[in-house]
Amino acid sequence: MKTENQKAWFFVLPVLLLVAFNALVPIMTVVNYSVQETFGNNVFFWQGLDWFEQILRSDRFQAALGRQFLFTFLILIIEVPLGIIIALSMPRNGFWVPVCLVTMALPMLIPWNVVGAMWNIFTLPDIGLLGYLMNHTLGIPYDMTQNPFAAWVTIVTMDVWHWTSLVVLLSYAGLVSIPDAYYQAAKIDGASAWKVFRFIQLPKLKTVLTIAILLRFMDSFNIYTEPFVLTGGGPGNSTTLLSIDLVKIALGQFDLGPAAAMSLIYFAITLLVSWLFYTLMTKDDAQ
Amino acid sequence: MTIQLRAATKVVRGITHIKPTTLTLEAGHFNVLLGQTGSGKTSLIKLMAGLDPLGAGEIHMDGEDVSKLSTQKRNISLVHQFFVNYPHMTVFENIASPLRVAGMAKSEITGRVEEAADILQLRPMLNRRPQELSGGQQQRCALARAIAKESRAVFLDEPLANLDYKLREELREQLPELFAGRGAVVVYATSEPEEALLLGGKTALLNDGVVTQFGTTAEIYRRPENLTAARVFSDPPINSAQIVKSGTTAKMQNGISWTMGGSSAELPDGPYIVAVRPHHVTPVAADSTVAMDGTVLVTELSGSESSAHFEVGKDAWVSLAHGVHPYNVGESHRFYMDTTQAFYFAPDGRLVA
Repeated sequence: MKTENQKAWFFVLPVLLLVAFNALVPIMTVVNYSVQETFGNNVFFWQGLDWFEQILRSDRFQAALGRQFLFTFLILIIEVPLGIIIALSMPRNGFWVPVCLVTMALPMLIPWNVVGAMWNIFTLPDIGLLGYLMNHTLGIPYDMTQNPFAAWVTIVTMDVWHWTSLVVLLSYAGLVSIPDAYYQAAKIDGASAWKVFRFIQLPKLKTVLTIAILLRFMDSFNIYTEPFVLTGGGPGNSTTLLSIDLVKIALGQFDLGPAAAMSLIYFAITLLVSWLFYTLMTKDDAQ
Repeated sequence: MTIQLRAATKVVRGITHIKPTTLTLEAGHFNVLLGQTGSGKTSLIKLMAGLDPLGAGEIHMDGEDVSKLSTQKRNISLVHQFFVNYPHMTVFENIASPLRVAGMAKSEITGRVEEAADILQLRPMLNRRPQELSGGQQQRCALARAIAKESRAVFLDEPLANLDYKLREELREQLPELFAGRGAVVVYATSEPEEALLLGGKTALLNDGVVTQFGTTAEIYRRPENLTAARVFSDPPINSAQIVKSGTTAKMQNGISWTMGGSSAELPDGPYIVAVRPHHVTPVAADSTVAMDGTVLVTELSGSESSAHFEVGKDAWVSLAHGVHPYNVGESHRFYMDTTQAFYFAPDGRLVA
């Protein structure tokens, strides 16, 4: 005989409480702000979806969103292939393995604002190592505080330096888990290095790469600290990414309503793209 | 087709894995590499396959020196002990993979894959992935890949070791006919003497990286050149004891003695080692047997055979007999050794009679 009662709910309760306090309640306050207008003193006026409409129609938001997608696209297209190439060229055993792994992990251990500050000083035209070398030794004009293109090159390079290691380490973990027998089988089949990569290594890397791309997408799409410290969104608005713009609206102009609406749109885009990507990548395995 | 090893060696970081080996393996019959775990069977196969670098010497295939040729160019097949198939490809694609790499026409690939699949009864599974198959089917898929490729050498490295008993017997029966008439040199590594006998052909006995004896399987079984060869080619392990010969009498250290017959009687007096296979030590008396009382240590009953490990003085002995025999562990039992089936070795291990 089967016992039926409602005890199961009791066991789910801790998770529900945890999720409620770290996600639902904060998000609901944002939702609260996004549909109301306030002039202080805790007085609110119902505003409906006006803020959402205003944000979506604004050139400023569209431009920031465009820059955001461009940034994420650039770092993914560089970091993923570069990470795989580095992982493939790392030794599989011996003395150099720990050396490589630690060297690779180092950039990821540096606090994000320190990374921004490092690259800021590194690229200063008159005293920075790279800035001085470019301007005074090689004679190539390079000033990211004046030139938008130089600013973009710098933030993309900085992100590649900071985060390619993540792709490397995940790919490396995937590669070392391939038994030697598969490489031997491929050799015996007469496969070239490219075929070995295409038919043995890449399929094995699919799972870790899905995770790596997902993490890099979310992190780069939500990036704030490093470009804020490095360029502050400038010169002009050329490197004002979504989160930098959001902070300007929320804390600079104190437009809480539009800022809340923008946060939700921002969140929805991140969630949607991540979900789409993950669903597409895991569709094959589910069959 | 032939594979010829000329003083081939393998040395890894100063340690010799394969000592200079000279061997000619031919097509038309199985070439069994028989040796215990760690004796160098896999090392020797990898050397021939080009997966490991040759230390010194030469390897020739059909008279062509392939010592410096990469694995990709040697045109060989290898089936491992554990089942190696490409996990993300279907069975069809797995069998077709070497043919596709070789750039063969699509229709010919389909023909060859289907032929191999028919031989190995994989037709209904061609569209499945390896992980959806049973262990036996996965190994048959790996075998089908080796057959479809029609390479000049096929290396089978303990291909049946990870299969359950029934499947192993079934596949072992099929193996010789699978490769019969294909013209490839078939090399089969195993640690089980019984498998070598069942597969027939020729056997190379391997011990510690040295081929101790090579010849027709039955011949090696009948006349092991030395004590090591006799030990490798016996399961359970062959019984051996030191004896002293004086006149025509052989006497073991525990006092048991018998009269030596045939060519062994002609040997000069002195110390020798006698070796008798376990199935020539039974609890049944007959002509030319010598009785020995031993304390039974372990007994095993496997279907129609009974085996007993017993102790005579300090020497350990094994008996293997047909039928069911009641042994009591810890108690004394009388066993009979057939001295006409005994091998006699010199103290240095050479077969003398």
